[in-house]
Amino acid sequence: MSSNSESLGHLPIDAMSTAAGEATKTDTHGHSHDAHGGHGEHHEEQNFFLKYFWSTDHKIIGMQYLFTGMLMALVGGFTVYVFRMQIAFPGISVPGWGRVTPANYDGLITTHGSVMIFWVAMPVLIAALGNYLIPLMIGCDDMVFPRLNRLSYQIFAISILVLGASFLVKGGAFGGAWTSYPPLSAKAEYNLTPQGAPLWLLAVALEFVAFLLGGINFVTTVMNSRAPGMKMFDVPMVVWMIVIASILFMASVGPLVAGAVMLLFDQTVGTHFFDPNKGGDPILWQHLFWFFGHPEVYVVLLPATGIVAEIITVFSRKKLFAYKTVLYTAVGTGVLSFFVWAHHQFIAGIDPRMANIFSLTTLLISIPVAEMMFVFIATLYGGSIRLTVPMLWALAFIGEFLIGGVTGIFLGASGADIYFHDTYFVIAHFHYTFFPIAFISVFAAVTYWFPKMFGKMMNETFGKLHFWGTIIPFNFIFIPLFLLGVRGDHRRIFDYSRFPDLMKPGMPELRVLATLSLVTLLAFQAIFLLNFFYSLFKGKKADRNPWLANTLEWQTPSPPPHGNFPEGLPTVYRGPYEYSHPDRAQDYWPQNEKAAS
Amino acid sequence: MDGAFPHEPEPMPSLPLRRPRRQVVPSSVLGTLIFVVSETMFFAGLISAFTISRANQGPGNWPPPGQPMLPASSTALNTVALLLSGVALLVANWSFKKSPSAPLTRGSFTASWVLGVTFVALQGREWASMFAQHLTLTSSTMGSFFYLIVGTHALHAVAALLALAWALVAVWRKTLSPGYFFGVQTFWYFVVLMWPVIYARVYF
Ligand code: HEM
Ligand SMILES: [Cu+2]
Repeated sequence: MSSNSESLGHLPIDAMSTAAGEATKTDTHGHSHDAHGGHGEHHEEQNFFLKYFWSTDHKIIGMQYLFTGMLMALVGGFTVYVFRMQIAFPGISVPGWGRVTPANYDGLITTHGSVMIFWVAMPVLIAALGNYLIPLMIGCDDMVFPRLNRLSYQIFAISILVLGASFLVKGGAFGGAWTSYPPLSAKAEYNLTPQGAPLWLLAVALEFVAFLLGGINFVTTVMNSRAPGMKMFDVPMVVWMIVIASILFMASVGPLVAGAVMLLFDQTVGTHFFDPNKGGDPILWQHLFWFFGHPEVYVVLLPATGIVAEIITVFSRKKLFAYKTVLYTAVGTGVLSFFVWAHHQFIAGIDPRMANIFSLTTLLISIPVAEMMFVFIATLYGGSIRLTVPMLWALAFIGEFLIGGVTGIFLGASGADIYFHDTYFVIAHFHYTFFPIAFISVFAAVTYWFPKMFGKMMNETFGKLHFWGTIIPFNFIFIPLFLLGVRGDHRRIFDYSRFPDLMKPGMPELRVLATLSLVTLLAFQAIFLLNFFYSLFKGKKADRNPWLANTLEWQTPSPPPHGNFPEGLPTVYRGPYEYSHPDRAQDYWPQNEKAAS
Repeated sequence: MDGAFPHEPEPMPSLPLRRPRRQVVPSSVLGTLIFVVSETMFFAGLISAFTISRANQGPGNWPPPGQPMLPASSTALNTVALLLSGVALLVANWSFKKSPSAPLTRGSFTASWVLGVTFVALQGREWASMFAQHLTLTSSTMGSFFYLIVGTHALHAVAALLALAWALVAVWRKTLSPGYFFGVQTFWYFVVLMWPVIYARVYF
């Protein structure tokens, strides 16, 4: 039974589903399981379903999110392959799909954007890594609200089913773009997806509920369950970043949900919130959407920078440069990100005086972001750098993201944006930010924490092959798109061959180059999957701390058993980045190691 | 302090040692508070959308032609009922901390709950009368926003009252856990305090 403080750890929702005060952490007890080690079936009383689908163990929930996110990345990858083929070779029969109709094209683009942001970047960066890492890195046995956590994943899974169902209904999946602007999104006469549109909204809303539950858990857990001795500034950067990102998400998502309810009513019950002919206002949606949408880009950026901070310190054997500055910068960026949203609406008819203000805030926000990148470079300076696979990804993140950030400044200047808006320049800009975030940093994270998660080492040679096979084609996709954007190539066009202005010499060739590079990039992902599953089953066994890192997750067996720290929960004596300390023979100093007084 | 939490223990087979958590704010309250912040932003979204749409109509066009005025004065009564419910719950909380099973705890908690239900019932009566005056969800932007905003608040009130009912039963049975009680209270204060804002923005 539980102690009294345990029963305090209940949220109403949790307590309602069971008798209030019942023990929280013991749903999946009854076996000392080896997580995903691949062995231990013989002493398995609990069946597979209960263990992997009904567990409240934060590690299992993290894995559920990770594997689901990977699966959804395949969906996102497949959709972009189909519509990029149509862009490069209008009218061809795409292998694996067939001829692309205009309705297909809209649905594919919408699905690509929504899936990559809401069902890949968010679940993997925040939910998977947050769930897996937070309790391990702050030295506790599980989240504060484990059942709420399980519910979070279940709602997330339902959101995917709803999204999937929208492909099967009359008219097919929603095709109004991931930004879902009315009147296109509001009226079935325009979008031609009378059922796909509301299903899309419903799926997104469910997904938000899932992350809301997750976010509540993350923040509460980090506030209340840190290991004794772990003070504010001893918390590893990636944990801080996930917490700040969760707060940003929870503070910005409300207005979008409000807008989503209004849009759903417009679609289904005949209200006219966004219909200008009936007293509504279509621009209102854009405000509500981007009020969420811009903070959202920092919601995914911050965890990615946290991952990079962990990895570059370990593999340059140096202390993180200016820990506190990075932390304050992240908070500052988060606050500022609430005041830039209208840079997405410069040509939507907003007052030019207002546009100036938003130009200014947008230029301002690039300062802290640039500062963070400089901090990372300063951390590398003079370190003994080891170019392991995770380190390669972390370094690539810094280089590639910088390009995204710098091009954002051009878009933030309202004068330039009048020309650039809705061209491929914008597409290239945000892919130079999002791809490093959603894939480069995630590959860094997966290759770095794989030994901990599964107790096996990944293959380095295949890792490097996959790295170069991803990074090179990535640039060959998006540099051509920058060039096309500068030449005025408009986004969201089904068949460019009908627009002579967009078929000037060189333009079709750049489109073909981008598409072929995309196909190459996708093909190289097979190497990753192969390496992942091969290493999972046949990889070299990993010991508990293969990278000689300081943070707590490396001070327990790989993979950590249920309850995380079989030798007893740790106590923390120092910050997470004490590498190459002058008073010490070893070049690392685990956070929980007592000083030899 | 450290002595109370043994951290170099003899490992117990497969069961990690558990320490009492140092909770800055009880987890149930903190979790609810974070949820309440999101909810506040949700209402902020609805109310600012309403304010903008209303301003778009230009001066003198509110309520739109053919639409009734909202009954601001009679709704004042509903508002008072809800605020009193919040006060009664504060009393219950104060008394609960001194003695969970004191008659004052049970009495003020019950009063709070009944006042909350009264608020919802009065709101329901108001909806019926507005409906009779041809204000519907689709009759105008005004109707749409009215039912959307007030209805959303009502849904929150009903959900909170159900959670409070659970706690109320527990307090009579003397099994109410403080964590649960503080958590639901936090949510009810949110419902109570959100209402005057809606009342001021939407009814006048
Ligand atoms: C944190 C990384 C960033 C991400 C993930 C990101 C993401 C995005 C996305 C998704 C869009 C496209 C919206 C659309 O039209 O559908 C966009 C556009 C834009 N981004 Fe970024 N961005 C990032 C950083 C920046 C920075 C640092 C700046 C400015 C200094 C910036 C300025 C802009 C502007 C002004 C637009 C609007 C362009 C237009 O639609 O005409 N972004 N960004
Ligand atoms: Cu933005």
